[in-house]
Amino acid sequence: MNRTMDRWLTLRLPLAVMLVFTMFPFYWTINTAFKMDGDIVKRPVEYIPTAPTIDNFVIAWSNVGFATYFKNSLIVGVSTVALVLVLSILSGYALSRYKFKGKRAFMVMLLCTQFIPRAMLIIPLFLIFKNLGLISSPLSLIITYAAVEIPFTTVLMSGFISNVPKELEEAAMIDGCNRIQSLRHVVFPLLVPGIVATGVFTLIYTWNEFLLALMLTNQQSKFTLPVGLSYMMGEFNVNYGALAAGSVIALVPAVLLFIYAQKHLVSGLGGAVKG
Amino acid sequence: MSAPSNVDIARRMQEYEAPKKKRNKINWVPYLMIAPSVFIVVAFLFYPIGTVFYYSLFNYDLSAPYYNGFVGLENFKEVFTADKMFLPSLLVTLKWVVTQVGLQLVFGMAVALLLNQAFKFRGIFRAAAFIPWAISGVLASVMWSLMYNEHMGVINDLLMRIGLISESKAWLSDVSTAFGSVVIAELWRGIPFFAITLLAALQSIPNEMYEAAKVDGAGRRKTFFYITLPQLKNTIILTVLLRTIWEFNNVDLIFNLTGGGPAESTTTLTMYIASLAVHGSNFGYGSALTVISFCILLIFAVVFLKVTKYEKEEAER
Repeated sequence: MNRTMDRWLTLRLPLAVMLVFTMFPFYWTINTAFKMDGDIVKRPVEYIPTAPTIDNFVIAWSNVGFATYFKNSLIVGVSTVALVLVLSILSGYALSRYKFKGKRAFMVMLLCTQFIPRAMLIIPLFLIFKNLGLISSPLSLIITYAAVEIPFTTVLMSGFISNVPKELEEAAMIDGCNRIQSLRHVVFPLLVPGIVATGVFTLIYTWNEFLLALMLTNQQSKFTLPVGLSYMMGEFNVNYGALAAGSVIALVPAVLLFIYAQKHLVSGLGGAVKG
Repeated sequence: MSAPSNVDIARRMQEYEAPKKKRNKINWVPYLMIAPSVFIVVAFLFYPIGTVFYYSLFNYDLSAPYYNGFVGLENFKEVFTADKMFLPSLLVTLKWVVTQVGLQLVFGMAVALLLNQAFKFRGIFRAAAFIPWAISGVLASVMWSLMYNEHMGVINDLLMRIGLISESKAWLSDVSTAFGSVVIAELWRGIPFFAITLLAALQSIPNEMYEAAKVDGAGRRKTFFYITLPQLKNTIILTVLLRTIWEFNNVDLIFNLTGGGPAESTTTLTMYIASLAVHGSNFGYGSALTVISFCILLIFAVVFLKVTKYEKEEAER
């Protein structure tokens, strides 16, 4: 009797509260997205849409411009991931497999970047990219995001590479592989899960970043999803149905990626913070 | 295909041993491997930070280039003597960071302890609890503004049903509720980060310690304060530090939910800088404010690590 009470108080009740708090905003956004314009402001509030519609999604996608925002986010995201992965595999490999002069300095430099306030970058980066003529170009975002992410992904990657036993590589070399071959056939296949996790973290970051994207973009046709959403929110007459639908469109990839990668999250992110 | 000769193997092994003994033979491979990363980080993180200090000594207004030029410490003087926004925004920042980090730590710890227990479908509950971490500040703003809205918001409806309020409130545009409303929305997004890092740390505490405590007759409370908390100390210190810096600079939610209002009640220092920058006013002045906020964070970080004696304890233990 006492044990069941205890179980309810320390486990089930708090779990339920946590779940409601976490999930309710999702439920409400989805609920709003499927409501007709008039039903959104109707009282009493409709907790389940009486006449569900996908009009809002159509409007958000083709009229408001979410198709463009989505495409821009995808271009920036995928390019950043590709750049970050190549560079952090290289530098992560150097960190985990070589001893070299300046390695410590390099590590300290990576650590220092974690303490750089990101908001500090908006003014100088705007001026730099303005001088380079890259304002509103996806390139400015790709480079900036890569610079912000590389320190973290390098450390993450060197951890994954260190987990591949050095002996495997040595064995491959004794069997006649050169370093490149042993990398390709032995190390790389074992790294795939780590590469996927790193890629997903980077993609989620680029998908969500707002302030730099806002600062470095001044044409609506180049907006990424967060900037587009923010722009829509700031309009005089907000179309709440389309706004909610646009949010769902932006939400789905992030949530799917997260669910896919969350197994690595506790070990990866947690491990990195533990240092 | 002949088997590699002993000489071959010896050569390859030597090739593998990266650090060359001889001084005059530097192995360039690792340097080439880190070069692109170093370049991009230096050019687009460190160099920009450096230029902030430089610009802070200038008048640099794109809309009024006539007045541009070196002004020495004028910008700083203006911040401290003439700027009516600076001090209030600093106070809001303090309030924001302390409530955010404090509450995130407490609730994050609760969630981590909760999810560290053994129960059915734990994986699903963990995933559900962490999802807000993957949601952008802008998205969270949209989601919460849909709930806070005066006319269509569900929060008003729910509170009226329970009888806590009698008529719809405009949560985000009322000076007395705006700050708290933004805090709750940000907590929704921030708690998972603490929960994730603390859960990872919890899992690394050896089980034997808990068994030993049990044998010694320690209750749940004692176990928490004498085993769990000390074991988590370094993780907590580092997470709190990182999170303080992060929340200090975090404007996504404030920018989109309230824009710093009403009556500047949610304008943090970073929000102030961001709105100056976005509206394209004097970049020199904005840079001076940025330098000041950087110094505040730097001093905070150094003092925080000193006071908490990070890692020192670890060595003693």
